[in-house]
Amino acid sequence: MIWENIQLAFSSLKSNKMRALLTMLGIIIGIMSIITIVIIGDAMSATVTEDLSQLGGNNVTLNLQEKSERSVSYSIENGRAVSYREYVPPESGDMISDGMISGLKAAFPEEITGVSVSVNGGSARAQDGELYANISVTGTNADYFLANNLTVLSGRLISEDDVRENAQTAVVSNKLAGKMFPDGSDPVGQQVKVYKTYAIELYTIIGVYEYEQSAFTMSNVADEDITTQFYIPVSTATQDNLEKNYYSATVVITPGEDVAGLTTELQRYFDDLYFNNANWGVNVFNMSSILETVTETLGTISVAIAFIAGISLVVGGIGVMNIMLVSVTERTREIGTRKALGAKNFHIQFQFVTEALIIALVGGVIGLVLGIALGAAAAAVFGAKLVISPPVVAGSVLFSMLIGVFFGLYPANKAAKLDPIDALRYE
Amino acid sequence: MLELSGIFKKYFLGEPNELTVLKNLNIKIEEGEFVSVVGQSGSGKSTLMNIMGALDRPTEGEYILDGVAVSQMKDSQLSEIRNQKIGFVFQTFNLIPRTTALSNVELPLFYMGVGKRKRAERAAELLKLVGMDDRMHHMPNELSGGQKQRVAIARALANDPSIILADEPTGALDSKTGNLVMDIFLKINREQKKTVVLITHNEELALKTQRIITLLDGEIISDRKVAA
Repeated sequence: MIWENIQLAFSSLKSNKMRALLTMLGIIIGIMSIITIVIIGDAMSATVTEDLSQLGGNNVTLNLQEKSERSVSYSIENGRAVSYREYVPPESGDMISDGMISGLKAAFPEEITGVSVSVNGGSARAQDGELYANISVTGTNADYFLANNLTVLSGRLISEDDVRENAQTAVVSNKLAGKMFPDGSDPVGQQVKVYKTYAIELYTIIGVYEYEQSAFTMSNVADEDITTQFYIPVSTATQDNLEKNYYSATVVITPGEDVAGLTTELQRYFDDLYFNNANWGVNVFNMSSILETVTETLGTISVAIAFIAGISLVVGGIGVMNIMLVSVTERTREIGTRKALGAKNFHIQFQFVTEALIIALVGGVIGLVLGIALGAAAAAVFGAKLVISPPVVAGSVLFSMLIGVFFGLYPANKAAKLDPIDALRYE
Repeated sequence: MLELSGIFKKYFLGEPNELTVLKNLNIKIEEGEFVSVVGQSGSGKSTLMNIMGALDRPTEGEYILDGVAVSQMKDSQLSEIRNQKIGFVFQTFNLIPRTTALSNVELPLFYMGVGKRKRAERAAELLKLVGMDDRMHHMPNELSGGQKQRVAIARALANDPSIILADEPTGALDSKTGNLVMDIFLKINREQKKTVVLITHNEELALKTQRIITLLDGEIISDRKVAA
């Protein structure tokens, strides 16, 4: 009986294709919007999660921070108390030093794999006659690459020896390599001139890494003008600076360690270390808390938008109900005949509910396919990863069926309750 | 076989415009009879047919069909009675559109809960009986009026009912096809011993049956055998 009703529903849809399509449109648009939004949301959060964890979900960041109780002075102005907080830049002793890092490593030998530091060496340009590439110079230590995953295409990364010797060595992107050495020769071992604002420096390339565009850098910069990171030893970067200590550092936690617990422990360690420092302290925090917040926020936004899109599904459902009512009226005589031939009320009810369900289901499946296509297109535009979660697919199909049944029930009941005599006489 | 006793049908009960459509009808039809009910429009023919067809309940009186008291049954029970004991043939054929002749004939069997293969077998057999076996898979809109009515007769026979109720079955047909359809009724009455009740206002057609009941204003004014 179910199969017969499904066949019947399809033949009735086929007999009025245009109307069926228009009826489905509401459901199609509703399901399509929901699926698209969910896919975009999922793709975004997957990409953000990936990017953030590349930044180091397993990493703990140390930041030099002013102590809040520091140097607050009050004065009376126009009869009101005004608090002042003068900014005093940290002195060398306040900042995170190499010695402090060694001490930290010694204090947590098992838990810490490395401590990454980096300094910004500013924007510059690598140039050789006509050939040039935009770069952003970053001074790093060897541990930097533990915290920041790079794919090495050839050569090696900055080593501890490079740092110790203030070596004029550099790790460059494959973009730079391609631009500076268009003949395809191996850049490793070659020299490159770097034009800074006040100086020209010469570096020997020791390694090439693969440049990856992040979802965050949705820039419309032409490919040839793209700026890539140019890594040099941190000691080389700071050799001309007065200040050789750091404002921040990243602690790479050994996999398997309790990151959250260690974050607390490290905070305690630095609180002790800076106990006697009146103005400065070190704030210890972990990316995973940010990760959680971002994912949660994105999730909430997705749900909110999907809910709004869900309203269009309700409108679609009303469309289905409307057409089903028309269909019941049109087929009054048929209903009368069926009843005369022995159909009970539930037979008629079942027939019309099935028809509404099929309309909604077909609409839902079309909407699902369109939604996935649209979501995939959007994900491609954002450069995000396409994630299709089976529960969402199953849920949307189920939900459209539910809408069909819900909005089909009233017309079906109306049909079932028709008096056979009136129905047979209906013109 | 079929017995109506003291049947009244009234509308607008208790209201000032109360209308009595059938007044104390007493009809007894034996198995295998071919009876026609004639009368002008408004005489109560259709109301009588609705009651005989278990589509409606009389206001007063007793209706016994095939030994079953039908007059006070619930809707779902009436559906079963219609399904198992009554075969309807309508003036306007009332085939289900977009459904093949075969499926149309299968319909009463479907509502009875007969399995697909058995339904198809039985329906094909009946379509052969009415000479429509070559059009089994045609849709109603591909059939002529006479062909449609033959399919409808096959459908009425599907559940081997006790009685065939035909309401102006030739009314929408030209006289030639009408006669052809009438011949089928005569044939199933003669060969299958089916009880047939023909409702018509066509006296000429009524004369082909065995017995004519004439209604006027809801009352039987004559009930006579037709001389063979």
